[in-house]
Amino acid sequence: MANFFLDNDDIKFLFEYYDLKELARLQEVDAENGDADYVPRDEDDSVDNYRRILEIVGQVSAETIAPNAEDVDREGNTLNDDGTVTLHEKVRENIWRLRQADVMGFTLPRRYNGLNFPNLVYTMANEMVSRGDASFMNIFGLQAIGETVNAFASQEIKDEYLPKFASGECTGAMVLTEPDAGSDLQAVRLRAHQDENGNWFLNGVKRFITNGCGDILLTLARSEPGIDDGRGLSLFLSERSDRIRVRHLEEKLGIHGSPTCELVYDEAPARLIGERQRGLITYVWALMNGARIGVAAQSVGLAEAAYRLARTYAHSRHQFGRPIERLPAVAEMVTDMRILVEASRALTYETTFGCDVENNNLRILETSKRTLSKEEEKERKQQLRTYKRLNGMLTPMSKYYTSETCCRVADLAIQVLGGSGYMKDYAAERYLRDARITTIYEGTSQLQVVAAVRGVASGTFDNWVTPREEKVYDDALLNELKDKLIEGRSRLSEAIQFSKKRSTDYLDLAGRRLVDCAIAIIIGHLFLGQATKNDRKKRVARRFIDTEMCTLRMNCERVLAADVSSLEEYQLLAGPVPSNA
Amino acid sequence: MRDDGTVNRAALPAIFNPEDLNALETALEVRDAYGGTVTAISMGPPKAADILRACLFRGADRGVLITDRRAAASDTLATSYILSRAVRTVGRFDFVFAGRQAIDGDTAQVGPQCAEKLGIPQVTYLEQMIHVKDGIARIRRNFGDGWEVVDAPVPLLVTVLGSANRPRPSAARRVMRYKRAQIEAEVAAEVKAELGSASEDERNAETARRVKELAASGLLIDQWSLDDIGADLSRCGLAGSPTKVYRVQSIVLTKEGYTEIPATEEGIRQMIHELVVDRTLG
Repeated sequence: MANFFLDNDDIKFLFEYYDLKELARLQEVDAENGDADYVPRDEDDSVDNYRRILEIVGQVSAETIAPNAEDVDREGNTLNDDGTVTLHEKVRENIWRLRQADVMGFTLPRRYNGLNFPNLVYTMANEMVSRGDASFMNIFGLQAIGETVNAFASQEIKDEYLPKFASGECTGAMVLTEPDAGSDLQAVRLRAHQDENGNWFLNGVKRFITNGCGDILLTLARSEPGIDDGRGLSLFLSERSDRIRVRHLEEKLGIHGSPTCELVYDEAPARLIGERQRGLITYVWALMNGARIGVAAQSVGLAEAAYRLARTYAHSRHQFGRPIERLPAVAEMVTDMRILVEASRALTYETTFGCDVENNNLRILETSKRTLSKEEEKERKQQLRTYKRLNGMLTPMSKYYTSETCCRVADLAIQVLGGSGYMKDYAAERYLRDARITTIYEGTSQLQVVAAVRGVASGTFDNWVTPREEKVYDDALLNELKDKLIEGRSRLSEAIQFSKKRSTDYLDLAGRRLVDCAIAIIIGHLFLGQATKNDRKKRVARRFIDTEMCTLRMNCERVLAADVSSLEEYQLLAGPVPSNA
Repeated sequence: MRDDGTVNRAALPAIFNPEDLNALETALEVRDAYGGTVTAISMGPPKAADILRACLFRGADRGVLITDRRAAASDTLATSYILSRAVRTVGRFDFVFAGRQAIDGDTAQVGPQCAEKLGIPQVTYLEQMIHVKDGIARIRRNFGDGWEVVDAPVPLLVTVLGSANRPRPSAARRVMRYKRAQIEAEVAAEVKAELGSASEDERNAETARRVKELAASGLLIDQWSLDDIGADLSRCGLAGSPTKVYRVQSIVLTKEGYTEIPATEEGIRQMIHELVVDRTLG
């Protein structure tokens, strides 16, 4: 029987490679178990659970979600006259299967019938679901909404809604974007007001809302009419009602299974999440970080699917009397695809591991009912600070790198399949259409670079790299490769110093190249680590580092060239605004 | 394969017979719609407990394993006798659901023979349970070249087709809970491994203690011997099995090379011709 966990050697390898026992221990400290009868006995038991449940998700992804994907893509969802949306029957079947598998509350506490699994395991699951159908990740992956409610809402709201999230009875949506507030969420205008009894109501329009037809909506709204920026925004929870209509279902290039809604709020009752004015600056920020990891997982899964299709095709398609994979140009494309998938996965899992450490320490510090000893408190605060800074860099890096990479891998898949890849007979064209959104939503690549470059230009990157440069491997090849990474880093440092001395604009302009260099070095070190446990990974590390260090030299050279013509000569080079557009 | 022509099941991995999964799914759907409980019953060596755990993961309320050396080498007649005794021992029931046939023997005899021994009506080849009303089950059965809808009174034995439904996956929280469910033999083996140096009495006491503990937390899979179900030993195992297996062959299918079929009328005609000649088609 097909299974996207059991058939994936790289995921299985990383499942062993990462210290999941350590994560399990952390995850279970002060866990809220209620009267659950499925509490693990120890960390071995937890890890055994992780593996078993990933097998179930792997099975549902392969046996249900993947076979449903084509029809879902062709037929999409339906907007009804009464402002409700009917999901495609196969999307509903996917949800039903995952509800039966009892995996809609992956990370929620057991007290609410969740599984209390770390994000790393959830990310693996998300990846497998996305390999089946990337568009369905937008429903399965919305569990971050339940997490946000768990992290910030009142106990009363948590008790009422979290069991519904965990059972999958309700799906949710994060309702942020408006026609004039996309990347710039500080400009949100949807109004929240209170009646004399203190009840909140929402009025306004939201656009491009993934699963906006969901049952429970977390809406960012302006609760302080006098404050124009992000500090005037609060987060609200509303249940679906006839006060919230779906006015329009977007027609999109890809992810047709994911309903993208325009919502109209007309005196819609709402409940405040957490405190007023912290909506954007605290809650949405946390929500976004989770969502970015979600998109990274989606990108990795999609790239995996595209790679597998191309690998199989290159092997079975014969031209000139032999399989096309024996043609050098095709062999190189397929090799690149596989290594890019592994590189994406390495970065995403590393990031998610760090997020688990951060989130759990924060949870323990803020919600533990024990009195923490001075040492424990100090140690947890220290870990929290370190990982918060690190994740502030790695999360946007992962989102940026994996999404750009999945577009490239999906594009290469079509190229390997040639004419057949361009036709609807194969899934390759769907993969490319689905991939294209990943560099845009939950923050565009350009915004991810802005967020990541701060960490690269400050000490965060150096702090991560330095101990890895000091490692001595018991393998000559690995040490040689490590020296290449060290050389790459010194070139990058030079380029960073150079950029910093110029204007802020220049740092923005050079940002993408600097971040690309840093990502290549980080993934290079991750591969070296993996190579200590797996001989094939030595060859992967060799190929990746030798290729990427060439690109790094090019990028550094371009940064040092200080070309600002795209700014200074914009009118001339970009040409006049077309008059007939 | 043993020298006497019987199959050594202990040497084979325990797998869930595919159509038994469909039978379980039908049982769970009927329970979910009308209430009641689902008891999964299997007969086999101790490691068949894996199959009962798999039933618990999917939603069965109880598992029962008939395991007894004296049941070894049972053919369909003896197996259906033993299973019918087990059903009687469970007590009152409305339905017995069985997969249409197993993928090892492909006989499709155990279900129907079981119904005869229980003295209850049977409906074979269920494709859909339309409804159950006033003690009557309305069932659509598919016999390959047609279908019919029949009404049958409960208690009733039903054999279920693979096309009847798509079995549900295991449920995460049930997996985490019921992976600890065990039969007594497994507990005893575990105790033996842990307390190898203890006396037999001490080990038995420890086993009994753990079994009691499992039962108290709802994690004991019942393990019944032929005595527990009051079986007539002359009707069980080799003695109760008139079927004699003459020979079993182990066939390993291997992939042979690669054939390219030209995408032309002639190419397709040639391929079909070859498939007809080797009797894959027609």
